[in-house]
Amino acid sequence: MKYLLLKHYRGGPEPVVDTGPIDRWSPDEVDAHMRYMSDFASKLEATGELVDAQALAPEGTFVRYDGEGRPPVTDGPFAETKDLVAGWMAIDVESYERALELAGELSAAPGPGGEPIHEWLELRPFMSGKAETAG
Amino acid sequence: MNPSLLRELVPAVIGVLVRRGADFASAEDAVQEAVVRALETWPEESSPSSPSRGDPMRDPKGWLIAASWHRFVDAARAEASRRGREAAVAAEPPPGPGPAADDTLRLYFLCAHPALAPASAVALTLRAVGGLTTRQIAAAYFVPEATMAQRISRAKRRIAGEPLDRSGDLGTVLRVLYLVFNEGYSGDVDLAAEAIRLARQLASLTGDPEVAGLLALMLLHHARRGARTDADGRLVPLAEQDRRRWDTGLIAEGVQILQRALARGRLGEYQAQAAIAALHADAPAAAETDWPQIVEWYDELLRLTGSPVVQLNRAVAIGEADGPRAGLAALGEVDPGLPRYTAASAYLHERAGEHARAADLYAEAARLATSVPERDHLTREAARVRHGVRP
Repeated sequence: MKYLLLKHYRGGPEPVVDTGPIDRWSPDEVDAHMRYMSDFASKLEATGELVDAQALAPEGTFVRYDGEGRPPVTDGPFAETKDLVAGWMAIDVESYERALELAGELSAAPGPGGEPIHEWLELRPFMSGKAETAG
Repeated sequence: MNPSLLRELVPAVIGVLVRRGADFASAEDAVQEAVVRALETWPEESSPSSPSRGDPMRDPKGWLIAASWHRFVDAARAEASRRGREAAVAAEPPPGPGPAADDTLRLYFLCAHPALAPASAVALTLRAVGGLTTRQIAAAYFVPEATMAQRISRAKRRIAGEPLDRSGDLGTVLRVLYLVFNEGYSGDVDLAAEAIRLARQLASLTGDPEVAGLLALMLLHHARRGARTDADGRLVPLAEQDRRRWDTGLIAEGVQILQRALARGRLGEYQAQAAIAALHADAPAAAETDWPQIVEWYDELLRLTGSPVVQLNRAVAIGEADGPRAGLAALGEVDPGLPRYTAASAYLHERAGEHARAADLYAEAARLATSVPERDHLTREAARVRHGVRP
C-alpha cells in the first residue's frame, strides 16, 4: 500500500523542539542532517519501498478560473500561508505499521547538537485507482 | 548486442526509409519499434563462432533497415485498409541511393525545428537522432512513458509537412543539444555523454565553428564532472574542486577543437563560452586563474548575446579580477530578479568581508534556489559564513 509522507514548512501541530532555521545551524550539523535525509532515501530505495521523493520551492501561487475568455486569476504568493508543504516522499510498504515506523525514523533526523528534531510529518494513504474486486 | 551501436544507426535508417518514400513521422515510428524489438530480442553479445543466417549481428544496419521497412509497410497497409483504400506503398522497396550524411544533418534540423517547444525538440532529437527509446527518454526526464510518447507524436504532427530537404536553424539545434547536455546523468541514460556524441556527429557533418565551439564547451565542462560533487553528493564550487580529478584528455581535446574553431575568425557565443571554460581549465590552481582575460571574454559574450545571465556572471568575474567592490558595482547594473542574483551577491559580500550580510543573502538565495543540490549548497554556505568558517 502506498503512503505519502508530507513535510511541512509550516502548519501541523506545534513543533516539540525549536531548532531554529537550518542556515543558523553549524556547518557540521547541516551536513549531518542532509546526509541523514539522503541515506534514508537510499535505504528505502534499497528495500524497494521508495516510490518518489520531491522537494517544493517555498513560494507558490493560488490560481482559479475567471470565466470564458478571461485570464486566470492569481492570488499570492503569501508570506504567511498557514500551511506550506515543503516536499514529500511517496512510499510503498507492507502495512500501516511499517509506514508509521518509517515516518518516525525520518522525523528523527538530527538537528542542532546532533539531537533528533522530532519534526511532525503528515502520513496520508493514497486512494487506490482501482475498485476492490470482491473475493 | 551493444545498444549504443544500434542507436548510432537510427538517423541513417530513418533517412533510408524517407528516401524510399516514407513520411518522416511514420518512418521514425517504424524505426523506433524496430529498435525496441531489437533491444528485447537480440543476444547480449554476438557469437562469432556460430553466426546463423539472418543474424542481425553480422549486418545490424541491414537488419534494422529491413525490420523498420516491414513495420512501415505493415502500418501503412493497416492505415490504408482502415480508410478503405489500397496501400500506396510498395512492399519491395526501390533502391534508395543518396548521401546518408546529409539525411542525418537534415534530421537534426527537423527535430530542432523552431516551431517546436524546447522540451518537444529535445525529446524528438533524442529519439530520432539519438536513437533512444521513449521509455529511456521518459525515465531521464521523470515523466510517465505515455506522456513522453504523446509529447513526441505531437511534435511530429507539428512539423508534419516540413520538408526534410531544407537546412533549418542551426541555432535551435545547438540550443537543443546544450539543453540535453545540461540534464546530465539521469535515469539509466547519461544525457551529457549523449549530447557530446550528438555534437561530435554534428561537427563531423558541418564545418560551422559554433558547432565546434559547443562541442569544445561540452568537453571542457564534462572534464570537470568527477570533481563537481563530492562523495556525499554535495556540490563543490569551481574554486574548491580538486583539479587533479579533472580529465586532462577531455580538456586537451576541447582546447584543440576550440583553437581550430577560433582560428576561422567567426566568433559566436558557444566559442566565447568555451574560451572561458578553457581559461578555467588552464589554471593549475584557482588562485592562478586569468580573471582579467575571463572578463574580456565576458565582455565579448555580452556583446554577442546581450544576455542578462552573462551580465551576472561577468559581475562575478569582475569581482575576482578587480576586487569584490568592483564586482558589486557591476552587479548593481544587473536585474535583481535573475536566478542566482542573490547567490552572486552573497558571494561578493562575503569576499568584501561583510559576513553577516553575506550569511543572510546565502540563506535568502537558498530559499530562492530552483534545485535541491543548489539549495543544500547555499544553505551550507549560509551556515559556514555565519560560523566564521573560511571556504
